[in-house]
Amino acid sequence: MSLKIVTANRLRDGAVVYLAGSARWSERLRDARRATDAAETDALLAAAERAVAAQEVVAPYLIDVVQADGTIHPVGTREIIRASRGPTIKPPVGSFRQDESHV
Amino acid sequence: MYRYDEFDHRFVAQRVEQFRDQVQRRLSGELSEDEFKPLRLMNGLYLQLHAYMLRVAIPYGTLSAKQMRKLAYIARRYDRGFGHFTTRQNIQYNWPKLNEVPDLLADLAEVEMHAIQTSGNCIRNVTADHYAGVAGDEIEDPRVYAEMIRQWSTLHPEFSFLPRKFKVAITGSPNDRAAVRVHDIGLRMVTNEAGEPGFEVIVGGGQGRTPIIGATIRKFLPKQYLLSYLEAILRVYNMLGRRDNIYKARIKILVKETGAEKFAELVEREWQAIKDTPVDLPDAEVERIAAYFAPPAYQTLGAYQPSFEEQRLADRDFAAWVRSNVAAHKQPGYSIVNISLKPEGGVPGDASADQMDLVADLADRYSLSEVRVSHMQNLVLPDVRQTDLYDLWQALVEGELATANIGLLGDIIACPGLDYCNLANARSIPVSQRIGRRFADLKRQHDIGELTLNISGCINACGHHHVGHIGLLGVDKKGEEFYQITLGGRRDEQASVGRIVGPAFSTDQVVDAVETIVNTYLDRRVDADERFIDTVGRIGLEPFKEDLYATH
Ligand code: SF4
Repeated sequence: MSLKIVTANRLRDGAVVYLAGSARWSERLRDARRATDAAETDALLAAAERAVAAQEVVAPYLIDVVQADGTIHPVGTREIIRASRGPTIKPPVGSFRQDESHV
Repeated sequence: MYRYDEFDHRFVAQRVEQFRDQVQRRLSGELSEDEFKPLRLMNGLYLQLHAYMLRVAIPYGTLSAKQMRKLAYIARRYDRGFGHFTTRQNIQYNWPKLNEVPDLLADLAEVEMHAIQTSGNCIRNVTADHYAGVAGDEIEDPRVYAEMIRQWSTLHPEFSFLPRKFKVAITGSPNDRAAVRVHDIGLRMVTNEAGEPGFEVIVGGGQGRTPIIGATIRKFLPKQYLLSYLEAILRVYNMLGRRDNIYKARIKILVKETGAEKFAELVEREWQAIKDTPVDLPDAEVERIAAYFAPPAYQTLGAYQPSFEEQRLADRDFAAWVRSNVAAHKQPGYSIVNISLKPEGGVPGDASADQMDLVADLADRYSLSEVRVSHMQNLVLPDVRQTDLYDLWQALVEGELATANIGLLGDIIACPGLDYCNLANARSIPVSQRIGRRFADLKRQHDIGELTLNISGCINACGHHHVGHIGLLGVDKKGEEFYQITLGGRRDEQASVGRIVGPAFSTDQVVDAVETIVNTYLDRRVDADERFIDTVGRIGLEPFKEDLYATH
């Protein structure tokens, strides 16, 4: 079976997150907990559903990843773009990431 | 400009507080996502690829300088310092946080703006000709009627749960700049034989999966009956529209399946029943609304302004900008200025907070404090004295807002695509940027002439690809981004849906394919006056296909 991880959006700010531990979510795909068989996949999904019930994340789902260079990489353009935490193009001059805002 | 009355103020303020409560209940777990989702959508809040996205309505595309400044403030305070102007004259923020959205909406309400009716199966924000009120070819300012429709449709109890979303567009000019034939209802102002103004009513147009050019169900509707007639259309749709299949739920499918003539009869019957009930506004109320759109106090100026003509002769870049970006105004000595949000290599429709502030300042200084948003994702300063054009242009150059490409190949419409959108198959923006770079030479763009190139990242067609002279549709082929090309679409009074030229092109091939199409046109056009769309009309698709696929 291929390698799978669970991703979702965080409820509070919508950020892309990956299930990292049994109840921990990370913004970095490489932290994600990997499933290699059906039992592990079920465990991942069960943990994700608990996080949904606890108002942490919304709409979790499984994605395929591949292992290379000692880490994991998403498959398909959509998940590659999600994992990069932003669009593939530069926003207009004068824009910033929200955590850089000092207002 | 329209100003809120007591009712509007109270209504919007109540909605903000109601939503604040709903967000709290969601965060505390009292509401599940399934319960909350329809509530957030009713307030324009989507969950996209990377974050939430808030869509704010800009009714009929008209903004005051003060409102534009607030949009800039919101971009800085709640987002990442920019916003995206859309093909429906809205603005979208790409990174708001759920817990901050109620405060954001409260700030918006301070300048009489909101995000209501920007999502869901209701009557959406009404779009209008972005030259409304200032166009030389206009019969009447369509915004008066757009505002009437806004008030009538806002929370209309009968129309909050339509089979599907419902979009209305309106133009007061015979030359259609509002794409009225590809909306659920399109209204085009016309005059009858007695010279009285009224509306041609077009129904069942639309893009998306099933692009259809709308059918005229009434050639002339006296304007005082606008609301009762619209109500009759909506009632027929509400009764007969399909709710069992989302792909068949739009009014265009109903009109197509019923037949336009039969549909018109059904509407007529319904209309006769409600025609003389109080649905239509009394004259005094129409006048009250119309007064908000009364023309500003223009100066009496000559049509010929020598200083402007001299500046044009002296500065070629300015002259090129005037040629493509400045349009005729109904008032002598004034002009309409289009501000391109399509700089070479930029994101179509994106503006930074600094640029929004600059546009607001320039509107105060040069355009009677008013700004418009066009459905081509550009901005407009509607009331500029010709003698101010040169100074304005220089200020726009400073702000990187003076690209002289309105209506030309670089003026690409592109939806957010897979860079932001949850429904996308492929990216739109990078393709638009690569095409923009390939045709970066503005002189070449001016030589090619009028040409619309529209890109959508999926069949929902937010990028209006069906009605671009050249349309690009992103498709997914085994995980790879491909682009299907259509030719011959147009959104004007001769609206038509583009036809597919052949198999889709890969990301690597698509820019070359566009260039091949342009070259085929340049080789075949009768002379420089024959526009791209006219050449396609004359020679058909075959020569383009030959050049595109001969070597493949
Ligand atoms: S056309 Fe598709 S990809 Fe583009 S914004 Fe609309 S839904 Fe998203």
